[in-house]
Amino acid sequence: MNAVSGAVAWLTTASHWSGEDGIGHRLAEHAALTVGCLLLSCLIALPVAVVLGHLGRGGALAVNLANVGRAVPTFAVLVLLLLTPLGRHGEWPTVIALVLFAVPPLLTNAYVGMRGVDRDVVRAARGMGMTGGQLVWRVELPLALPLLLTGVRIAAVQLVATATLAALVGGGGLGRIITAGFNLASTSQVVAGAVVVAVFALLMEAAFEIGTRCGPRWARARGAR
Amino acid sequence: MTAPPDDCLARNDWICGDYLSSRRHILLGAVAEHVQLTVVSVALGLVVAVPLALLARRHRWTAGPVLGLTTVLYTIPSLAMFSLLLPVYGLSSALVVVGLALYSLTLLVRNLLAGLDGVPAEAKDAARGMGYGPTRQLITVELPLALPAAMAGLRIATVSAVALTTVGAIVGHGGLGNLIYAGMNSFFKAQVLTASVLCVLLAVAFDLLLLGAERLLTPWRRGARTARRGRARSAARRPVVAGRQP
Repeated sequence: MNAVSGAVAWLTTASHWSGEDGIGHRLAEHAALTVGCLLLSCLIALPVAVVLGHLGRGGALAVNLANVGRAVPTFAVLVLLLLTPLGRHGEWPTVIALVLFAVPPLLTNAYVGMRGVDRDVVRAARGMGMTGGQLVWRVELPLALPLLLTGVRIAAVQLVATATLAALVGGGGLGRIITAGFNLASTSQVVAGAVVVAVFALLMEAAFEIGTRCGPRWARARGAR
Repeated sequence: MTAPPDDCLARNDWICGDYLSSRRHILLGAVAEHVQLTVVSVALGLVVAVPLALLARRHRWTAGPVLGLTTVLYTIPSLAMFSLLLPVYGLSSALVVVGLALYSLTLLVRNLLAGLDGVPAEAKDAARGMGYGPTRQLITVELPLALPAAMAGLRIATVSAVALTTVGAIVGHGGLGNLIYAGMNSFFKAQVLTASVLCVLLAVAFDLLLLGAERLLTPWRRGARTARRGRARSAARRPVVAGRQP
């Protein structure tokens, strides 16, 4: 109970919300990192996955990438990038690590979605004289969208988690509140930071959940997580 | 005055044979701790997941809350999860074990349920017709048939646990993660790379070990596997389960 009241006290102290190390600034950093890297990873992964899925090539790569993303520790990649010459360039190691770990779920789910389109539908569209481009935009992509959006959702939650770990290697974001708490041996601050991070991650997940439930029928994400 | 040694340790190379030979004991100790943390946490997760999955199957109304709760746990980032457990367990390896076990719950419960739901109704009817009681049917018919799906979940959970154990370095119990953390602070490139590579190798080794165990435990699928391989070669059609680390 002591830890709970300590965390509540830490969170309700006004000075902890403002300034460079304040929750407000860290929250903004975290949101910027997450959203920016999500857009960047989507720009990289989705076109590749859609083209590969359309052509039916590179399936082994697309599927195994997800397994690689699970086996390689995010923390190890963050530290390795920090020790490379890139490490001297501010937030770049963090951004690269975040993108590296957001790409696999995006690529895999979009690819599986594209390949999951009913072959009869594709043949019918071809029979109607659609070109490859028309087939992708009008048939395959709309039908693959639910699974593609599931990939975006998984990537978003992964980004929140990896951005938190970035604090361990000197990056910004909400994780800094936790690491600072560890350095100060302040359990209250550690727990308070963790609560903020957990709430941020859950809100992100909830936003996607509400979006997929209330969104148009064709965009409703389904399938495995 | 002696000249500084000109070996790969002094030059701080990424790949260094001298590091491997001179710090063998440290590396082996870290690997041992890593294996121990992973195995204990996944075993703990399994011990909790099996009753939860059985409960969710027996009483359907509990399935929603059980799956919802484990999903919420899986959404919490690892650093936050370990931090939230700090007041309860302090700076101990128990903190890492419990955190990792909570993550494995999601994957294990989901896959166990999927496996149990996938048992053909005919198999259950046949067992009932042969006079099997509910417990005997569960142990001798349903659980073995659910094994492939459950093992798939166990493999994913174990591989994730190996990767996530490194984050335990924040409380000083991260196995190979401790070496990565220390190597980061002292800019010791060989140590960071060696520990990272060992971590990935460990994950692959666990995965192969569990795959072998699954083959041994399900001898009746051996013929089916080779027969099916020709036709359904695209693993791409199977649903993708959780390709991420918290």
